[in-house]
Amino acid sequence: MSVSAASAMKKFLNDPADVVKESLAGLAAAHGDLLRYDAAAQIVVRRDAPVHGKVGLISGGGSGHEPMHGGFVGRGMLDAACPGEVFTSPVPDQMIAATKAVDAGAGVVHIVKNYTGDVLNFKMAADDAADEDISVETVLTDDDVAVQDSLYTAGRRGVGATVLLEKIAGAAAERGDNLAAVAGVGRRVNERARSFGVALSSCTPPASGKPMFDLPDGEMEVGIGIHGEPGRRREPVRPAHEIVETMLEAVLSDLKPAEGAKLLAFVNGMGGTPLIELYLLYNEVDKQLRAAGLNPVRNLVGSYITSLEMAGASITLLELDDELTALWDAPVHTPALRWGV
Amino acid sequence: MRAQTIIDWMHEIETEIAAQSDYLTKLDAAIGDGDHGTNMNRGFTAVGRVFAEQTDQAPPGRMLILAGKTLISTVGGASGPLWGTALRRAGRALGDAESFDGQQLAGALDAAIDGIVELGAATLGDKTMIDALEPAARALHASLDEGSTLGEALAAAQSAAEQGAQATEPLQARKGRASYLGERSIGHVDPGATSSAMIIAALRRAVDSEQA
Repeated sequence: MSVSAASAMKKFLNDPADVVKESLAGLAAAHGDLLRYDAAAQIVVRRDAPVHGKVGLISGGGSGHEPMHGGFVGRGMLDAACPGEVFTSPVPDQMIAATKAVDAGAGVVHIVKNYTGDVLNFKMAADDAADEDISVETVLTDDDVAVQDSLYTAGRRGVGATVLLEKIAGAAAERGDNLAAVAGVGRRVNERARSFGVALSSCTPPASGKPMFDLPDGEMEVGIGIHGEPGRRREPVRPAHEIVETMLEAVLSDLKPAEGAKLLAFVNGMGGTPLIELYLLYNEVDKQLRAAGLNPVRNLVGSYITSLEMAGASITLLELDDELTALWDAPVHTPALRWGV
Repeated sequence: MRAQTIIDWMHEIETEIAAQSDYLTKLDAAIGDGDHGTNMNRGFTAVGRVFAEQTDQAPPGRMLILAGKTLISTVGGASGPLWGTALRRAGRALGDAESFDGQQLAGALDAAIDGIVELGAATLGDKTMIDALEPAARALHASLDEGSTLGEALAAAQSAAEQGAQATEPLQARKGRASYLGERSIGHVDPGATSSAMIIAALRRAVDSEQA
């Protein structure tokens, strides 16, 4: 194969400019019983929204992280999702449309991953919602321990905890909690969750058609986010048990769970890593946590917050209490997560 | 200068950003997420479309507010709210007057920068668009105060913006997505500062072509 052929983008596309719209139309076609796609407003909305008396939950962010967020719209999770262009925050107009579409008078929670773009656009939308007398509570996720939270960064990124938060806060809203309570549960999830990610390959946004970075054979990016951005450092690939050791050490030294703590362990694929490897990683996570005297009582294994076709994985640990465990176990019915129904 | 100056400025930006879209995206891929060129291009193309649909010509301040709102609704990312707010603030600074002079233009640029700083909380040296815009505003004021023509003052502003953008190369990013890279952000020119310098250069061309 020639070099040019090897580096050309190979993806299932019509016009690269239409990738987000066409994918959302497909999501709605496949899951019309759960959600609808409002193409004019560029939002995905729960079929039966606004749900009488229920606090609404919306989230949003750049596309390319599927199934997040559109795949989490449905009973017991999100009421609406605002997908931006690939790796680009959505615009306030989408968030305002989603807020109005799901508000049943009980207020709306905005779940926002801590990226400058997402934060700024959601802030503008929340200001506009206030003008229209809709109560909005913003819950920020910033669980990525690869980034130091200091004056010298934009703060930690929101990654894997976002999925867990959307599920747990969604269950709180579904059981009838009020706006402050749903937001409070969400913030508790974020405070008790930490994540760390590693990439084995780059990914190629459809619009640019080029990989985000070059990763030589035998090397991995350590401390990545979810936008194909390079990580904190580059290292040689090592055996999986050593990689998991590094990732857990980063997460646990920051989370500092209590001795014997009950954990939800989330092994997430970045889009291009098969389940056979994710379960292999989970095996290491489970063993190493138990060896450290911790108790992984719940888990989630699969590709839920992705970076297009990037090969790689992230580990998120959430320290559970009885209430968070019950909310995690509560029924959920969305395109990407379904149990209890 | 009147509303036509604003229309020309936005048109100059649209043309330049479209031509430099791949370059901006390449800069962004190195330390961000590789979409800066695409996003800015989408936004200023939309501004061109909205301006073309305008039947009655509004005062220059109103045109800037319209451009800002259009950017907020179409760009996304951080650039949308930041440039959108910047142009809206600049527009409000110009008010409803039918025309504006160099001092008023410099005042509008100050208002734009204040809006960006309020929203993004960046200061000089954080490796952001502020590193291009603040030196530009300073140069514009200084040059006008010394009695230079507006053309000379804008030339000074342009070169200050371009130098400011280049000077981001050795800096470590402290705001925005590049800050996640820590020391690895050193050695790359900031894409936001680069496009900001292009926007100042476009302003100079718009004013020059009118006064020629």
